Amino acid sequence: MDTYYHPKDLARFGDMGKEAPELWQKFSEWYGAVFKEGALTEREKALIALAVAHAVQCPYCIDAYTSASLEKGSTPEQMTEAVHVAAAIRGGASLVHGVQMRSHVDKLSM
Amino acid sequence: MGLPTLLNTRSPLADTGTQRATLAALPLARTFEDSLGTPLHADGISVLQINVGKRCNQACRHCHVDAGPDRKEVMPPDVVDACLRFLDSTDIPTLDITGGAPELHPQFREIVRRARAAGRHVIDRCNLTITRLPNYADLPEFLAEHQVEVIASLPSFASRQTDAQRGEGVFEDSIAALRHFNELGYGVEGSGLVLNLVTNPVGAFLPASQQPLEADWKRELQRRHGITFNRLYTITNMPISRFLQFLAESGNLQAYMEKLVAAFNPATVDGLMCRYTLSVGWDGRLYDCDFNQMIDLGTAAGLPATIFEAEVAALAHRRIVIGQHCFGCTAGAGSSCGGSVS
Repeated sequence: MDTYYHPKDLARFGDMGKEAPELWQKFSEWYGAVFKEGALTEREKALIALAVAHAVQCPYCIDAYTSASLEKGSTPEQMTEAVHVAAAIRGGASLVHGVQMRSHVDKLSM
Repeated sequence: MGLPTLLNTRSPLADTGTQRATLAALPLARTFEDSLGTPLHADGISVLQINVGKRCNQACRHCHVDAGPDRKEVMPPDVVDACLRFLDSTDIPTLDITGGAPELHPQFREIVRRARAAGRHVIDRCNLTITRLPNYADLPEFLAEHQVEVIASLPSFASRQTDAQRGEGVFEDSIAALRHFNELGYGVEGSGLVLNLVTNPVGAFLPASQQPLEADWKRELQRRHGITFNRLYTITNMPISRFLQFLAESGNLQAYMEKLVAAFNPATVDGLMCRYTLSVGWDGRLYDCDFNQMIDLGTAAGLPATIFEAEVAALAHRRIVIGQHCFGCTAGAGSSCGGSVS
């Protein structure tokens, strides 16, 4: 079936370095450093990535960080809560703009 | 409780030759032999691991033994005696008793008493729920009396994952069993009674790093259930037996094997358990590890093949028999009956 997203394309992510190897190398090094244990554990970082993957709706990232979260020791219960956090922020971000709507209503209304 | 065994369901994978052929037929980047580069040899024997049978009160989905309530294989008395006589004739410090549920063996307590009387450290690989059966309710007291190290299986501190792998109701019984062990001092600092937990991933993925996971588990088991333990061992699911069936039926086999091959870590090789363990099957046959045992890969040609003819001199530095399944022990931080190895 023809589709814009292909699961096998995740393994071809490195192809992005073909036309811009220096930029790709910088990205790769920075990306790797970001996910190393620091003030946050690798498990916590994978959970954040999983939540963000849902917020930005990236299917590659969702697959990758579902596996990563499981392999860092998170339970499906914890992963589901992380996705709810992403969903709550997305929903809340829409809703809080309602204040802007209300302000404009107030401005225009008698 | 539990799921049917490969044998009982007449699965083609009940035949170990079919299992080996299934793994050998997978197109992978390289063989385990190529990855090692040089032959693998044992470096002494510090653990005699005896698999006393395939009978078990559970039938876990990942079981590499294909153990279950319907299995009849039990180590006969002459093999038990030969194992203990061999142990006596050596200075091997540790006897590791596994199964199935090893406590179901009619001579389990005799084996423990004799090995302890001979001054050997004894490990019981316990599924926990066995202690909830009426005839085995005093098992924790017996193990404590004889200072037996308990290595207990628990895939997750969450009930859904535990029951998904091990059967409905197993988590609740396991928690009750752990509380019983804690009451006797097992897993309590300063008691001298060692309670270690083993976790296998509940699916087609690698285990987490052992050290940070142990900290998470200690926090969560204490917070949720008031349970303490000594060490957490992470073990990679081996692509054989019932886990192989799961991989094949779920469409994960090729990707899982590719993951194991890609995660090959040469730093794990020195610590592989086959390098310091001698494994004995229920019928007395010798193997390099419990995994080789379950796919009928005996000790290399020309070596003693049964416990009746076992000699440390001939086996201590033996050549290890390997296969594609061995990638399960060398992936990432490595995997053994004592957890990660690198």
